[in-house]
Amino acid sequence: MLIFTLKRFALAALILFVAVTLMFLMIRAVPGDPVQIMLGPRATPELQARLTAELALDQPIFRQLIIFYGNMLQGDLGTDVFSGRAVTQIVFQQLPFTLELIFGSIIWSAGLGIFLGAYAASYPNTLIDRMVAIASVSFVAAPAFVVALLSLLLFAVHLRWFPAIGAGNGFWDRMEHLVLPSFAIGLSWVGYIARLVRASMLEVLGEHHIRTARAFGLAERRVVLVYALRIAILPVVTVIGVGMGFLLSSAVFAEIVFARPGLGKLVIDSITTRNYPIFMGSVLVSTGLFVVSTALADLINAWLDPRARSAK
Amino acid sequence: MTDVLLEIDNLSVDYETARGDLKALRNISFDVRKAEIVGIVGESGCGKSTLISSILRLIAPNTRFRSGEIRFDGSDLLKATEREMRALRGDEISIVFQDPMQTHNPVLSVGQQMIDIQHRSKAPKGEKREKAAQMLAAVGIPDPEARLDQFPHEFSGGMRQRIAIAMALMSEPNLLIADEPTTALDATLEVQIIERLQELQREMDCAILFISHHLGVIAELCDRVVVMYAGAVVESGDVRKIFHEPKHPYTRRLIECDPGHIKTRARILPTIPGEVPDLANIPDGCIFRDRCNQATERCMAHVPPLESVGEEHMAACWLNHEEVTA
Amino acid sequence: MEKSQSEIRIIIVGIAKNPLGFMGLVIVGAIVFSAIFAAWIVPYDPIEMNIRDRMQGPSWSHLLGTDQLGRDTFSRVITGGQVALKVALPAVFGAMAIGLTLGMVAGYGPKWLDNFLMLLFDTIRSFPTVMFALAVVALVGPSLQTVVLVVMATSIPTYGRVARTQTLTLRNSEFILAERSMGASMARILGVHMLPNIIGVLAVLAAMDIPTVIALEAGLSFLGLGVKPPTPSWGALLKDGYALVRQTPWLVIGGGLPIIVATLGFTFLGESLRDVVDPKLRKNQ
Repeated sequence: MLIFTLKRFALAALILFVAVTLMFLMIRAVPGDPVQIMLGPRATPELQARLTAELALDQPIFRQLIIFYGNMLQGDLGTDVFSGRAVTQIVFQQLPFTLELIFGSIIWSAGLGIFLGAYAASYPNTLIDRMVAIASVSFVAAPAFVVALLSLLLFAVHLRWFPAIGAGNGFWDRMEHLVLPSFAIGLSWVGYIARLVRASMLEVLGEHHIRTARAFGLAERRVVLVYALRIAILPVVTVIGVGMGFLLSSAVFAEIVFARPGLGKLVIDSITTRNYPIFMGSVLVSTGLFVVSTALADLINAWLDPRARSAK
Repeated sequence: MTDVLLEIDNLSVDYETARGDLKALRNISFDVRKAEIVGIVGESGCGKSTLISSILRLIAPNTRFRSGEIRFDGSDLLKATEREMRALRGDEISIVFQDPMQTHNPVLSVGQQMIDIQHRSKAPKGEKREKAAQMLAAVGIPDPEARLDQFPHEFSGGMRQRIAIAMALMSEPNLLIADEPTTALDATLEVQIIERLQELQREMDCAILFISHHLGVIAELCDRVVVMYAGAVVESGDVRKIFHEPKHPYTRRLIECDPGHIKTRARILPTIPGEVPDLANIPDGCIFRDRCNQATERCMAHVPPLESVGEEHMAACWLNHEEVTA
Repeated sequence: MEKSQSEIRIIIVGIAKNPLGFMGLVIVGAIVFSAIFAAWIVPYDPIEMNIRDRMQGPSWSHLLGTDQLGRDTFSRVITGGQVALKVALPAVFGAMAIGLTLGMVAGYGPKWLDNFLMLLFDTIRSFPTVMFALAVVALVGPSLQTVVLVVMATSIPTYGRVARTQTLTLRNSEFILAERSMGASMARILGVHMLPNIIGVLAVLAAMDIPTVIALEAGLSFLGLGVKPPTPSWGALLKDGYALVRQTPWLVIGGGLPIIVATLGFTFLGESLRDVVDPKLRKNQ
């Protein structure tokens, strides 16, 4: 188990390393002087010189990369070109908003998806099952940012049920601000998870141990909810872990549409202002988030499934 | 009431399929008395599984009961509500399934599963756990208290089947159905488990319906035997009578193939030339006629009835009707 | 040739038999038709400004109203479909072709190459797609070609992985072993024997991928990082509508609904295509 964990994280670290290196080289490959691009043509020579030194742009590219990694390992991702604040500080200030949105989305959609999938699997080939099937295919297809825009139009602008912009203050206000964006992000997940759970549930319900549980007169509710569902939800964990990149992508759009603070908004702003350190920092953190969540999903699965736990 | 516990009376069961009705069981009759062990013998596909799932009514949705009754303690299970059935399952009627590797839930600990099946008892959880440990000890699992926290995949096949037996006997059932409980195990384990089962049966005084195609085990364990072929009973009766003077050619061939001692075991299942007829399209006459080397005109045209051929002995074969064989 | 034509007919008939598949065929057919004949369908020039008629609600002369520059929304929606397909089709087919090649090489070639390609695929996949797209667009600058390239790069790994898995499975199958023992070249084995067995699975994947790509193109254009204005794109329509969401809500609907309808159409098509192509699933039908 320990070796399994270590291996998983080693691979994650390797992927992160390759990704960051690629990104770094890509930025440096842009034609033109990066300092000029970032500061604009009218910046003072002193300012240009300071930034050049700060980013070690006068060094050969290989050394730049080593300096970058050296700083990164010390938790230093550089400073904001404009405000001079540490990039890590800015990124970690925005991160909670994005995490709040992602978890909010996945909790409601996984909950509803698991329920619908399990329900449909318990009554296969009935009208309910068909309706769930069609609904989930349609939900899966709904792109998050289009759903975000349409729900903004309908529920915030037209019906005025929920606030349209921002993240809110205080617990209930924040929850209220979370409703529409997490609805937009979660909708396609409901369909996806419902289909996944239905398929794995049907498989599990056909296994011998379910027949055993029934042969001991266990209540059908307990057979379905405990004996079958505990196994059927295992793939959901993996899918959510791997889907973190997809969730982050949707979060970028949801944050723009609902003018919420967060990593997505930070990235877009840093692109339009050519603020490379901020851009690099937020991409690094979101990539790291993806890598960690994939590895975490494996670990959670190993924890939920005793068979995987003792697998060598 | 007599001492009859389970009475299968003229039971016919079909499966509705796209090719038409599959006649899985036809006019099955036999009974199991209290505290007695009855063996059911037959090749795979002879209807043993359908019979078991019919008794417990854990059936596939396309199953149709066409005729007959399954009386348990005098009441017809085919007329019982689902609620009444659930009250019987795992209480008065228990079952041990064939494949020990797949019979337990893989993500719940053995202890959890053994506590769960005591759902009818109002006892506190600690007591249920203690009882589970006692049952594990009774089927010969060392260090039962610690092993309760382990998961099924941490046990060997033999151990898992012991656990399955422990679970089945936990409620002290009146009837235990054992569906080829030792087929998946090797011979030494088989002997151990059979002996343990025998001891426990004597202690608890429960009846056992023991399904197997290993005649040696049947001969060792059972009081009476039912021989099934292609969804019908071809011979039934006292175990010694069946083994010493079989009255049906199919039984005779089975015994020739597997001389029947518990310690030796025919790894290759009895092979008899010919094929089992298509149950969706049953030909006229005796069901065994195509594989029988003594078949006559009469066997081609008419189904032989299951009739008494001696005390505690019945068979369904025209050869036992002297006037015809001439 | 005759054989493959009849196979295509069997597949199409199979899809049309399924009600969802039939809907998918109709929707996709309508989109393709309107994209091809866009120039004849549109009542107005989609990029001609007409300040006098700006921000008008839906009416008989402007079915979906006009935008802040007085351009006819309906004409922009129809032409936007053309743009969506211009991005989606080359991107998806390009990614499929490259992914297929790399995947077969990874599955059939030496172990180190396989490891290297897999690491590369995993890395690309570990970038959140949109972040990756944003990074590239930010560096190279927005244009239709950039969008196609970015989308291609992000979906190559998916095709590559599936093609690799299929190749690995087929590699040890009896007919391939027989072929190898008779000394067939690698190119012959991959091209003649494996390709036809892998392409079906990838085609299903591609059909399901088209809506994702359409949504991504619209998303980038919505952020102002996709196709350049004044080219009409569904995403650009949404961008204009979002900026004036209180005044011109019809723009949001005009840009949003086609994306959802197109997504549904391609997804239904992909789903029923899979049921037809995958015999294991067909049996359950």
